[in-house]
Amino acid sequence: MDNFNYHRPSKPADAAKAMKKAKDGKFMSGGMTLLPTMKQGLASPTDIIDLGGLKNSGVTAAAAKVVVKAGTVHADVASDKGVKKAIPALAKLASGIGDPHVRNRGTIGGSIANNDPAADYPAAVVGLGATVQTSARKIPGDKFFTGMFETALKSDEIVSAVEFPVPKRAAYVKFPNPASRYAMVGVMVAELKDGSVRVAVTGAGPKVFRVPEMEKALQAKFSADAIAGIQVKAKGLNSDIHASPEYRAHLVNVLARRAVAAAK
Amino acid sequence: MNKPEGALIGQRIRRKEDLRFITGEGRYVDDIRLPYMAHATVLRSPHAHARIKSVRTKRAARMPGVLAIYTSADMQEAGVGNLPVGWIVPHTNGGPMARPPHPVLASGRVRHVGDPIAFIVAETRADALAAMNRIDVDYEMLKPTVDLETSIETGASQIWDEAPNNLCYDWDVGDKAAVDKAFAAAHHVTTVKLINNRVHASPMETRGVIGHYDPSSDRYTLYTSNQNPHVIRVLLAISTLKISEEKIRVVAPDVGGGFGMKIYHYAEEVLAVFAAHKLRRPVKWVAERSEAFVCDTHARDHVTTVSLALDAEGVVKGLKVDTIANMGAYLSTFAPAIPSFFYAYPMPGPYKVRAVHVRTRAAFTNTMPVDAYRGAGRPECTYVLERAMDAAAREMGIDRIEMRRRNLIPAEAFPYKTPLLWTYDVGEFHKLLDKAYEVGGFATLAERKKKARARGRYLGLGFAFYMEACGMGPSKLLGREGCLGGQYEVGQVRVNPTGTVTVLTGSHTHGQGHETVYAQIVADTLGVDFSQVEIVHGDTDRVAYGIGTYGSRSLAVGGSAMKMSLDKVIEKGSKIAAHLLEADARDIEFKRGRFTVAGTDRTKSFKEVVAAAYNPVDYPLDKLEPGLEETTWFDPPDFTFPYGCHLCEIEVDPETGRIEVKALAAVDDFGNQVNPMIVEGQIHGGLAQGTGQALLEHCVFDRETGQLLSGSFMDYAMPRADDLPAMRIESVVTPCRNNPLGVKGCGEAGAIAGPAALVSAVLDALAPLGVAAIDMPVTPEKVWRAIQSAQSIPLPLAGRG
Amino acid sequence: MTKVPVQFTLNGREQNEFVDSGSTLLAALRDKLGLYGTKAGCHQGTCGACTVIIDGSPQLSCLTLAERCAGKSVTTLEGLTGNGALHPLQQAFMEGFAAQCGFCTPGMILAAKSLLDRNPSPSRDDVIDAISGNICRCTGYDPIINAILTAAEQLRGARKSA
Repeated sequence: MDNFNYHRPSKPADAAKAMKKAKDGKFMSGGMTLLPTMKQGLASPTDIIDLGGLKNSGVTAAAAKVVVKAGTVHADVASDKGVKKAIPALAKLASGIGDPHVRNRGTIGGSIANNDPAADYPAAVVGLGATVQTSARKIPGDKFFTGMFETALKSDEIVSAVEFPVPKRAAYVKFPNPASRYAMVGVMVAELKDGSVRVAVTGAGPKVFRVPEMEKALQAKFSADAIAGIQVKAKGLNSDIHASPEYRAHLVNVLARRAVAAAK
Repeated sequence: MNKPEGALIGQRIRRKEDLRFITGEGRYVDDIRLPYMAHATVLRSPHAHARIKSVRTKRAARMPGVLAIYTSADMQEAGVGNLPVGWIVPHTNGGPMARPPHPVLASGRVRHVGDPIAFIVAETRADALAAMNRIDVDYEMLKPTVDLETSIETGASQIWDEAPNNLCYDWDVGDKAAVDKAFAAAHHVTTVKLINNRVHASPMETRGVIGHYDPSSDRYTLYTSNQNPHVIRVLLAISTLKISEEKIRVVAPDVGGGFGMKIYHYAEEVLAVFAAHKLRRPVKWVAERSEAFVCDTHARDHVTTVSLALDAEGVVKGLKVDTIANMGAYLSTFAPAIPSFFYAYPMPGPYKVRAVHVRTRAAFTNTMPVDAYRGAGRPECTYVLERAMDAAAREMGIDRIEMRRRNLIPAEAFPYKTPLLWTYDVGEFHKLLDKAYEVGGFATLAERKKKARARGRYLGLGFAFYMEACGMGPSKLLGREGCLGGQYEVGQVRVNPTGTVTVLTGSHTHGQGHETVYAQIVADTLGVDFSQVEIVHGDTDRVAYGIGTYGSRSLAVGGSAMKMSLDKVIEKGSKIAAHLLEADARDIEFKRGRFTVAGTDRTKSFKEVVAAAYNPVDYPLDKLEPGLEETTWFDPPDFTFPYGCHLCEIEVDPETGRIEVKALAAVDDFGNQVNPMIVEGQIHGGLAQGTGQALLEHCVFDRETGQLLSGSFMDYAMPRADDLPAMRIESVVTPCRNNPLGVKGCGEAGAIAGPAALVSAVLDALAPLGVAAIDMPVTPEKVWRAIQSAQSIPLPLAGRG
Repeated sequence: MTKVPVQFTLNGREQNEFVDSGSTLLAALRDKLGLYGTKAGCHQGTCGACTVIIDGSPQLSCLTLAERCAGKSVTTLEGLTGNGALHPLQQAFMEGFAAQCGFCTPGMILAAKSLLDRNPSPSRDDVIDAISGNICRCTGYDPIINAILTAAEQLRGARKSA
């Protein structure tokens, strides 16, 4: 790991300031991705701005929405009674991220800001129609993830919280990569309170995506049979040593059906 | 040979070594800190095949903290020799196998990703890394040969001038004419083509070394995470550093798992000692995890076609095997022996087939060297044989168990001479099969399958009957077969003046628990307190000589050597006691720590006799030397032949192809068991690794570039706690006749039978769907594709991996 | 490299150290404090060998910047044997033959301790989940799982009788 300047601001404004001043700065939340990347020599930031000092963690669950502050670790989302009651699918998603060590350090803000194509949270943000609050604005979940490891965040903008509307019912079903435990494919299916249905897929493509054909079919009839015949195209999906695009495309259908059946 | 009498042998004694492990006091190479120690890194080739046009180190050498940068030129100038090969397999045509040089640092050409080019020594590891990144290497890219099957075809890129068509050897064994005759007369022929997937041992402790030179004594010390320090010492002396042997000390301290991968002599061992001598400072190198994947040996990696000739009853009359085995780019220490001796000779396994022929072509590719890994040749052999037996049973409509029953060697046929090499001493195969049938719950299998189907799952019960040969010997036989080193073991028993015991053994424990098992035997044999027995190993300055631990040989060979020394101690003690008791030595009985004149109450305790030996004032000095210390060099008269049946039950989710392992079980015959708890631990670990190979683990290369695509635990899938079920371990006991303890090696069985059992289960589960073949690792996608194609659903092109 | 002061609690004792800025807790423990019980298995957060307990939860010391530990409480395996007696987990690992080569053992025991501290009555699945980030290459996990369940039982018994 190359040398870097370490900052631990206690206010968001100071974090932004430190980032502006840095030659090649990186925000760090849990550090679960940034540190391994740096150790492999794949990133060598001049400055690390540790957001842990902001002490911005905690969950508020109400009848209409669940707000998860950016610095909340996955383990806390997974075990939060309010989340379990309001959006069990979200608690379950968080409980299945990586392993306990990762869940005790990785944060929702870090996860979505990094936007790993195989991360779980993007499926929740898009699938539940969440809104991302940042230090500067509110970004609709659909507009947040712009490409592989790319988001709508400006270089000095920090995620402050994610606001999840409580759906009528939802479920997240994941097929984990056998080695990394990231999502080889993960599908969040949700029927929102306004009656709209969202199907968000992570792990399969370069970034999280929705499946409009499935959403339409499910809106007409919220049952697994309704989407049995709907296959996403394999072209453009991820290919690696664990799964081909064709297999991933197949899994999207299987997992979506299972999510529909499990939605509550 | 019966069990030695005593209170501890056969008991589940908790391990002596555990206290240090559970309190964090285990000391592995990286825990050793020597004063003024420098740190090294290795610059490795990023390319699979390239010509090195130049290596420029000047800029890097000026970086802060850098002490030295060594390249192949330095090695040549200093006369450092190449890494050795310890086994020479002849070509079938009588010529020797191709034996290209394996330099410590690559010279002129790099032949696999990770091939070492320079050794950088600096004040800190960070300094060494920073300097490493400043070394300029100019490469001229060459086309790599990556795919094994086509590596020996004309047109493949040539890796060595010494090895035309990338062929290391083309070797065969058996009676080809008899096999041809059997196939001509066969009622049915079964042919299976299969791949034995390439895996990496991945012990939790990566390899590490510290080189040290002491000018005042002119002695060199190497600390290395290795399974056989004495062998490394000899190889440093004769092959690589060419330092006079008595000047070298090799220490293998606590070792965090080896599994065969830490047998070999590796470049970093040479480099660290070389640098320590030059710099007059201790030099440490420890492999990063990602580095381990490209600098350790890999394993398995075969492509095989097997055919069985069967009569109408399903009795195998002929067995024919044709294998291409990957050697990687260089020959590792024992690489040539693995797909020849250790693979071909055991091929008939537990079956009575007489006409057998095995051909192995060993090929060079632009990949990491391939050598032994837990089982070494025998897992590959068992997989071939059991896949073929299962396929034949299915094709002929014979029950799988019944198929085995008809072919297993009957108990009355022992000692049984196989058609290829060995004579199996004892075995009760049918009895063990019956027990396995019970353990596997075959009688209620149909019911369980039905229940699983009701849940939308396909259940499969798999098993593999294996017969292996381990604890190798005698040296004479192995020498004739190409082995360049003796295969005995040394066991020295030092009775200390106060009656406590120190055992010095050439075996090395890196998780097996020798400190406990050996002490159990000592305590029972001499009647001394278990806590007053110390087992010393892993340091060539303390243990005069030894061979080491591999091939499930420790207890069978090393333990036997120690047992024979214990018997010598008793023999000498009896003479001393006879003197003290004024009796004839032939009348002295030794039991529970007392020497007694038979039929009397005249007796001396072990301690009294020891005291007399060390303070010989009342002692037969005219007939006996003082002191009580005995050494035995045991060269076993033959191998040990454990066998067993490993079972596995799985469920397949037919929609995703995902496999869940529901149960693992083993029924083995390891002869006498000194500590059943430790035996079970060996099976647990072996089966875990076998399951890993069957379902998860795979070293995958990019076919075009030779880049390793599975170079970290993020891509190389290690079995984790949620991948494995609880295991049931059972045994039958027929004591081995080839060593004084009656024991057979148990270290590798799980890895030998595991993969075959797992795949057998998968194919049993998928049989109703029409799937007859599948390759390891059986990933969900492979299962899904197999189901799709068996159901004749047109498929898109197969993806990579 | 700049040195920065870090004040934290290590195995129940206040610790004041100057660490290299940007270095990991793993490096601080092993290279500065001589606590070799914490093992480096991958440096990438993929194997769990370096697991320590930070403020009650199991975390990877190889992915923890030492500076980040300021004001926190860190427990390593060496901290379990206060006053000389073995922790029930250590005892159960020994009795249940849950260690073979011993390299993953420290991380395993700490992952287990953190679980039992929070959940005194874990199910087998809870145990499996708790150690799913810790790779063991020797045991096949079953003896480890059983040892943790045994230790949980003993700890519950001890609590009851206390």
